[in-house]
Amino acid sequence: MKQNGFLGLLFNALFLTFIAAPLVVVILVAFTDKGFISLPFDGASLRWFRAILDNDQIVGAFWLSVRLALVAATIGVALALPAALAIARYRFPGRAALTGFFLSPMMIPAVVLGIAFLRFLSLLGLGGSFWALCATHVIIVLPYALRLALSSAIGLDRDAERAALSCGASRFTAFRRVVLPMIRTGVAGGWVLSFIQSFDELTMTIFVATPGTTLPVAMYNQIAQTIDPLVASVSTVLIVGTVVLMLVLDRMVGLDRVLIGETR
Amino acid sequence: MATLDNDRAGAAPWLLSAPALLLFCGLLLVPLVLTLMLSFHVFSDSQGTLATYTLRNYIEVITDPYYGSIFGRTAGLAFAVTLLCILLGVPETIVLARMKRPWQSICLLVVLGPLLISVVVRTLGWQILLGNNGVLNNALQALHITSEPIRLVFTMTGVVIALTHVLVPFMVMSVWATLQKLDPQVEWAGRSLGASPFRVFRRVVLPQILPGVLSGSIIVFALSASAFATPALIGGRRLKVVATAAYDEFLGTLNWPLGATIAVLLLIANVVIVLGCSRLAERRFKHIFD
Repeated sequence: MKQNGFLGLLFNALFLTFIAAPLVVVILVAFTDKGFISLPFDGASLRWFRAILDNDQIVGAFWLSVRLALVAATIGVALALPAALAIARYRFPGRAALTGFFLSPMMIPAVVLGIAFLRFLSLLGLGGSFWALCATHVIIVLPYALRLALSSAIGLDRDAERAALSCGASRFTAFRRVVLPMIRTGVAGGWVLSFIQSFDELTMTIFVATPGTTLPVAMYNQIAQTIDPLVASVSTVLIVGTVVLMLVLDRMVGLDRVLIGETR
Repeated sequence: MATLDNDRAGAAPWLLSAPALLLFCGLLLVPLVLTLMLSFHVFSDSQGTLATYTLRNYIEVITDPYYGSIFGRTAGLAFAVTLLCILLGVPETIVLARMKRPWQSICLLVVLGPLLISVVVRTLGWQILLGNNGVLNNALQALHITSEPIRLVFTMTGVVIALTHVLVPFMVMSVWATLQKLDPQVEWAGRSLGASPFRVFRRVVLPQILPGVLSGSIIVFALSASAFATPALIGGRRLKVVATAAYDEFLGTLNWPLGATIAVLLLIANVVIVLGCSRLAERRFKHIFD
């Protein structure tokens, strides 16, 4: 393809500024030594990062979100993997419908999911239970885990597995020792992506996550009242954490494949 | 596909997907059906949700101009955001595709990375940027472009800007996927046959990336029509959209049947638009998809 002209590069620079500006501003604001949000500020300090540790509500919400994301991503991948193998290997009636059903939570507005889960859980009397919250998050993350598992399982060479089976390996051994190592990256990438999706989920969770709230819900409730440097410092920690996970994902599977879903 | 077992499928695929299928039936299908049923229930201010059925909620939402304005505002917001995402995202993707490594990977990472960062964090950034004493207004006044702060928070303009920022990576992703399949030789062929660069773009490149633009637009439109956090935080209480209105009915006024009605209508509108446009695109671009 052709080279970029000056205008193209200028457009690119402006576009990247537009994309990065809000995140950079959040990070800058977090280093203020004042009690309010102001930019530019004179004195820099780490006081708002120390303030995070003194805030029990934020720390509690953070650990709840971590536990929730760990459980949801693990169960999501464990359920998505066999389903992905079924879809990738067999042609059976209802295959397209099944795939569509598993991917549908990505298409349903999160508000609608939140309302549906709230109604369901309150009828069952399970509102506010941690495991009920986990179950709703499994529904949210399963499409992402499934899509990544599918991208590595489709077009997988089955001769190695057949060789293992003909050499006397059981189906389970053949899966564990031959198939799983071949689709490892897709599965691990799906787990990390699921973890991030669950950890960041706000719109659905805000309906079902009372009284103990997750970090995004706690931050939303805080920001809806007033914005202070504390939410900026928490956001900065989140941005840094996400960037680290993003680089891990990029190393592991390639970020373009995680997000765009192309198979290489 | 050579790896598919056509002959000995049997019950195996259903056994493999049974755990996920059971969970989805119990925890997705059932709650959605319950929500649909809830939307037909009668709500009384004194007794809450009653067990009797009615069509009144739907009649109220469809005929009351208050809800009409909310749905209208949401549609307008979705159109504006989709249009901006096309105008910004498509040229950016073309520029990205023409870059060399490693710059291409770095820029792609910067553009797509924010997708993984919480919407709350990105919206907070726009609140700081757009506020009356925000960075943007201070800069504009320091440069003497305006003397008074421009009101951007709690306006539609602010919501459109912030939501475009949140959703434009989806457009880039979608167009990028189609650009990867494009054969650069065709572009050179057009040039060597004497077409101007603009003509090559219009007659050769554009028709080939159009399916990507279209599927990107469907995603952006659907997501902005159901967006919650950004309109709620930047738009504030008064600029209600469908998602925030449903939230308020549920957790504010506690009129669950009405909230469920709004949710059902939002879901139906979403499904109709997404499936309708996808069908249209498939028929129109059948030769490209095949």
